[in-house]
Amino acid sequence: MADPTTSKSPAGHPSGDNRFKLLDRTITKYHSRGDALIEVLHAAQGIFGFLENDLLIYVARALRLPLSTVYGVATFYHFFRLKPKGEHTFVLCMGTACYVKGAAGIQKAVEEHCQCKFGETTADNKISLIQARCVGSCGLAPVAVIDDNVAGKLTSETALNRIKQMQSTATEVVA
Amino acid sequence: MTVEELREVAEKEVARQKEYKHRVLYCSAAGCVSCGSDATKAAFRNSLKEKGLDKEIEVLGTGCMGLCGQGPLVKVHSDDSLYERVDAEAAKKIVEEHIVNGRKVEENLIDTSAPFFSSQKKVVLENCGKINAESIEEYIAVGGYEALAKCLTELQPIEVIETVRKSGLRGRGGAGYPTGLKWGIVSKAKGEQKYLICNADEGDPGAFMDRSVLEGDPHRILEGMAIAGYAIGATQGFIYIRAEYPLAIERLKLAIKQAERLGLLGNRIFESQFNFRIDLRIGAGAFVCGEETALLRSIEGRRGRPRPRPPYPSEKGLWGMPTLINNVETYANVAPIINRGSEWFASIGTPKSAGTKVFALAGNIKNTGLIEVPMGVPLRTIIFDIGGGTLSGTEFKAAQTGGPSGGCIPKEFLDLPVDYESLATVGSIMGSGGMIVMDSTSNMVEVAKYFMEFCKDESCGKCIPCRVGTVHIHGLLDKISKKQATQDDLALLEEFCVTVMKTSLCGLGQSAPNPVRSTLKFFRDEYEQLLSKPLTFVPSSNGNGSDKHA
Repeated sequence: MADPTTSKSPAGHPSGDNRFKLLDRTITKYHSRGDALIEVLHAAQGIFGFLENDLLIYVARALRLPLSTVYGVATFYHFFRLKPKGEHTFVLCMGTACYVKGAAGIQKAVEEHCQCKFGETTADNKISLIQARCVGSCGLAPVAVIDDNVAGKLTSETALNRIKQMQSTATEVVA
Repeated sequence: MTVEELREVAEKEVARQKEYKHRVLYCSAAGCVSCGSDATKAAFRNSLKEKGLDKEIEVLGTGCMGLCGQGPLVKVHSDDSLYERVDAEAAKKIVEEHIVNGRKVEENLIDTSAPFFSSQKKVVLENCGKINAESIEEYIAVGGYEALAKCLTELQPIEVIETVRKSGLRGRGGAGYPTGLKWGIVSKAKGEQKYLICNADEGDPGAFMDRSVLEGDPHRILEGMAIAGYAIGATQGFIYIRAEYPLAIERLKLAIKQAERLGLLGNRIFESQFNFRIDLRIGAGAFVCGEETALLRSIEGRRGRPRPRPPYPSEKGLWGMPTLINNVETYANVAPIINRGSEWFASIGTPKSAGTKVFALAGNIKNTGLIEVPMGVPLRTIIFDIGGGTLSGTEFKAAQTGGPSGGCIPKEFLDLPVDYESLATVGSIMGSGGMIVMDSTSNMVEVAKYFMEFCKDESCGKCIPCRVGTVHIHGLLDKISKKQATQDDLALLEEFCVTVMKTSLCGLGQSAPNPVRSTLKFFRDEYEQLLSKPLTFVPSSNGNGSDKHA
């Protein structure tokens, strides 16, 4: 099980990227225990935005787990992303209540407009289209979560308007 | 903390609340937040400040008030008037008219004597929409943690289990296993360490009951868990909650911190020998993790794949130790049972299904939202009295309960009492409490296909019947909905359903065919209309279009 190259406590990343130090805090909090893998991956994704291979290798070494286990867990759960997100996210709820109230029609309209399927990011890297199982705001069906804000009682038109708005905003320079 | 100190906290809080002339409660649960209740709160604060009333009126956020479709909701506590669709403008008006002049603002007022309110019975949700979910003092002021104090100072663990057993409480996660019996098994199981888990991985699409309870009354769950921990002899509890519920996670983290600060969690609670800690475990989006053995694996940091039972988690659970797993709503029922006694609880509902059940009412219905009714009320009461009938005004067609594991109840069974046994007789299940209403525009084949697509995606892939069977069933449904299927395909579909149901490893696969089976049972004509060919197979002479099933 144990990787011979593992150090006893996390010692940062050779690249000197400070974000790894943040991650080390979570790893230390759970005493580098293997059963904290999901918590550590949550923290990693929160810090880095997505889980790239290098990051998974780092986590595997820090928790003394085989990389296959870490990769297996990261791919098993929908919440973990192995690819970067677009600038904006459009999460369409496909829960039963939203479905009954016409989420499928919105899905089709958005996919046609963006020329990209849900689960992908548009070619210009502007918008990631994501499907959610249920965001639990069934009273407002159909619902989408647009950049972390819930938009309820959508129609194809209002959804497309929001998409167009996101497309027209200039790319923000991340400081 | 001692029992006397607990009462002191309660008295202090009651006195604090009395200092205010009015308390304005706005709903800060997810549904109303997405309707803009933050702007409502700001508008209240601003206009109160303008009038110089901000010292006399308290504005506070509470849990779900029920009518999620009409948010943001606001309650003026002194006379219990409830307002709907309170935007910034309406908020200003309520301050000017109601609070200053004492005249209610009629256009936003909700009639609280309407059947939506009068047909309900609130036990689990009694504090939701009444107290500030982020304040432990408010929970204590309405009698919170009294039940835990009673258990630790007056009752033996066996007496606690006996009280819960006598109350007739059954698991609210869907299967309905008697809670007291489960507690008894875990308490007798041998192990150096015992664990306790609250399953808050509310994965059914269309269900938001657990979320609302966790957001509106988090301490109720902590108290229920601590009582269960005392009863079975566990010192460590986990709450396994979905990552999709950020607000609930935040509130729980805060609640745990508050309880630890007051010594209601931690070591030597109420100066007894009982130590209890609760930690959160955040799920990562896998429906199968609602299945208890998969959930255990996920807490251990591994892929959430179920394993065969027995051994049951009550004997070999987390890290091989005896583990009690109950649903959020089950724990929420514990404190009232201890406080008011098992006879009181058993008197609600039906003899076999005691207590109440929370439902998340959604779909094509007028009053979407969160409701709580005594077990055994007819479906008609829920849909028409409380729900107000279909949104479109067209005929009610079916209610879907139990999510992807449940079934559709057609209109012939509107008078069916809603309890565990009755729902099972018509091929559905109680489930965790999602209830989706469909009117005559809903296409049942599409509904079945929707659920099967869900199960197909969420199958963990461990056992073949579920992994392969769900794909095939989905393919057949797709073929039927595209009018390319024959009678043979329909027969094959039914056969697949039985195979997957009988041979799958865990509950996900075993119940995955339920939506198909129940729609086939009640709406078979809709399937048959879509078949491309009549019953008899006639070989086509031109070889065109007739043997599409090939």
